Amino acid sequence: MAGQTITEKILAAHAVEGRASAGETVTVRPDVVLLNDVSGPLAFEGFERMGATRPFDPARIVLVADHFAPAPNVQAAGAIRMTRQFAERHGIAHFYEPGNGGIEHTLLSELGMVGHGGIVFGADSHTCTAGAFNALGIGFGSTDLAAALAMGRLWMRVPESIRVELTGRPGPYVAGKDVILEVIRRIGSDGAADASLEFGGPGVAALSMDARMAVANMAVEAGADTCVFEGDEQSAARQAHFGAAATVPVMADPEARYRARIAIDLGALSPLVAKPPSPAGGVPVEALRGQRVDQVYIGNCANGTITDLRQAAEVLRGRQVAPGVRLVVVPATQRIWRQALAEGLLDMLAAAGAAVSTPTCGACFGGHMGILAAGETAVATTNRNYRGRMGDPDSQVFLANAWVAAAAAVAGEIVSPERLPALEAAA
Amino acid sequence: MSAPMTGRVHRFGDEVNTDVILPGRYLALRRPEDLRAHCMEGLDPGFVGRVQPGDILAVGRNFGCGSSREHAVVALRAAGIGAIVAVSAARIFYRNAVNLGLPVLICPEAALALREGEPAEIDLASATVRQGGAEWRAEPLGEEVRAILAAGGLVQRVRAALAA
Repeated sequence: MAGQTITEKILAAHAVEGRASAGETVTVRPDVVLLNDVSGPLAFEGFERMGATRPFDPARIVLVADHFAPAPNVQAAGAIRMTRQFAERHGIAHFYEPGNGGIEHTLLSELGMVGHGGIVFGADSHTCTAGAFNALGIGFGSTDLAAALAMGRLWMRVPESIRVELTGRPGPYVAGKDVILEVIRRIGSDGAADASLEFGGPGVAALSMDARMAVANMAVEAGADTCVFEGDEQSAARQAHFGAAATVPVMADPEARYRARIAIDLGALSPLVAKPPSPAGGVPVEALRGQRVDQVYIGNCANGTITDLRQAAEVLRGRQVAPGVRLVVVPATQRIWRQALAEGLLDMLAAAGAAVSTPTCGACFGGHMGILAAGETAVATTNRNYRGRMGDPDSQVFLANAWVAAAAAVAGEIVSPERLPALEAAA
Repeated sequence: MSAPMTGRVHRFGDEVNTDVILPGRYLALRRPEDLRAHCMEGLDPGFVGRVQPGDILAVGRNFGCGSSREHAVVALRAAGIGAIVAVSAARIFYRNAVNLGLPVLICPEAALALREGEPAEIDLASATVRQGGAEWRAEPLGEEVRAILAAGGLVQRVRAALAA
């Protein structure tokens, strides 16, 4: 028998058929099913119309009000209410909203429910963020997840894998964001279609768990079905920290077959900025130097981590947001928000002129909390820069890491953080 | 999915993502008639006014990429779209469309050749696309996809399974 990829091994362990080879169609039982206030209500309606009366396992369902939360209008309030009521009716304890929750994918990583070898089915394309934890996060739409709620399983085609071999260590101002922008720049926005991106090699150790989340989060922007990192001491430590049972990382067999291999030397990367209208539009920061910005947005499901907030604060400490520029900072979860408060980061950012928000998906998807007017330009640590993504169809979004985004807020234009004028020595 | 369907063709290019099909600011809406009004608003605000029930989309590469929002499919269906012929389609969008009974045929030759505004015919049973005298054979639909479409959608398929 040929060797197996990480993806094949994890799917096989969850498949009703007991096996999973690339190209096969199998029926998979997830460990966790995840829905939000946008995808959830459509799924709950589908669940009812299916004639289902009870979800497969209330303890393994996580419902998060994060997209239009806190509710900006009456329709959104109704959607959150419907989500809360579904949780109450079916005894689902894992219901989260502003005050105890955060953005679903970051929040899920704090619940101790996803670790090595796990599978999450989420009604959100960025469910692939779970790949950071040596787990498979697989995105679906609402009706598929209505079926998953009812049956505890879904059919899927086992993807081939693309191996991304990481070596070296990232240099100054190079973050997880730059790793994935480089991958997407190279293979294009459908370069990983029908495939799983598997990240491995000695360079994995040089990426923090937050950096791995930033990478995994945007696998779908390369068209990937899902993605997964090799596990190691860091992923095991994070699992233990959040109370998940200790499990052994799932690694690929040496003779596993890949559709393609991509080699990335982290030490050779420079900070990238993805030009609109595609996440595949990555170019070196210098190529866009002088691009004027109206708004800078630091947040979202993979780049509102404590790591991102520390990077932003590092640039903004002792500096000010440029006149005429708005800086919106959105910690991804309540836990991260409180940690940032305890570390003094929120005050430091606010003192520099940032508007610091409660956790929400907010303006990342053009929902609320800072959407763009016609003709406006944003630099954002988010994952999509499609036409009109953050507001008016005639606004534009450049994607970058938190250091680069913070530097743009200070300069009022895209600039390498290294080029900001040096601060005077503290008195 | 027995009788062939006929509709006029509306063409779009590559990388038409779900954000332009149904912009995020409308995601608190759920009713088909409410979503219909905003269908393709991010790309072509006049689209809804031109579509007739049963019309066909001919689209480029990676159609429906991006957000998993099923609202995009609800909006296309409510606007009247009866089938999609694509060079390629993003996985989540493809599943969402099939789950709501909107067939997506993968056929690069047809997707690129179909003429705007003219009627075309789709025969799902044989995965065939026709326009004028031309005929193209699309990728065959998978077994599960055929079963879902035959049931009229995933809700009906699961409903039957739960009742059995």
